[in-house]
Amino acid sequence: MKIICVCGLGQGTSLILRMNVENVLKDLGVSADVDHMDVSSASGTQADYIITNNELAQSLQGHAAKIVIVNNYFDLEEIKSSLQEVL
Amino acid sequence: MKFLEPGLIALDVEAADGAAAIRAAGQLLVDAGAAESRYIDAMVASFEEKGPYFVLAPQIALPHAKPEDGVKEASVSLVRLREPVVFGHAKNDPVALVFALGASSSEEHITMLRKLTTLLNNPAHVQQLKDAPTPEAIGQLLEATTN
Repeated sequence: MKIICVCGLGQGTSLILRMNVENVLKDLGVSADVDHMDVSSASGTQADYIITNNELAQSLQGHAAKIVIVNNYFDLEEIKSSLQEVL
Repeated sequence: MKFLEPGLIALDVEAADGAAAIRAAGQLLVDAGAAESRYIDAMVASFEEKGPYFVLAPQIALPHAKPEDGVKEASVSLVRLREPVVFGHAKNDPVALVFALGASSSEEHITMLRKLTTLLNNPAHVQQLKDAPTPEAIGQLLEATTN
C-alpha cells in the first residue's frame, strides 16, 4: 500500500503530516509505504491513498488515489479515524 | 539549528492580517541571522499563491518557503498574536500562533519538525504556549517536553 502526504511545497507541512500518519499506522498495526511531496509532484505519482487538507484536495481531483482529508494535523485521533474510514 | 529560542519568540504581537503576521514571524528569523530578508517575501508570496493550507490546526499556522529562498540555518520562530487573525482557512481560522519555519534540506530540518510535532501534538502544550507570560517561560516548557 502506497500513501502520499501532500502539501503546497512538499518541504514542511507534508513532512509533519507524514510523521503523524506513520505514528497512527504503527498504532493500527498497518504497514504502508509512506512518502511526502508537493501537489504537482503528487499529481504525477501513483498511490493508493493521498492524505492532505481540504485546501489542497481540490487540486488533486481526478487522481486515481483515494483522497483522505485531515483538518488538524496535530490531532492523532482525527488522523486515525480518517484513515480507519478508508483502510 | 535555531528552535524557538527566546530571541525567536515574540508574544502578543499586533498584526492586521495573515500576511502581516507571516512578516512578523519571518522578521524574527532574519533578526536571528537564520534567514535572509527575501525569505519573508517568499513566505508571503507562497501564501498568496497557494492559499492558507499551512494553517495546520485550529489557531496554528506554519508558514514557510523553500530552502533556496534564503534560509541560512534550519530554524523555527513563534509569533503569538494579541488578536487572532483570519487567514482564510475553512476550518482552522482564526490563527493565534504563527510558527515561521526556516526550511532547510539538512537532517536538522527533520529533527526540528519532529520536535515541533511532538510539542504541538499535545493540546496541553498548545494551551501553555497561549498562556505563557514570557519567551523564557516557553523555553522552560520546551526543555521539559522536547529534549
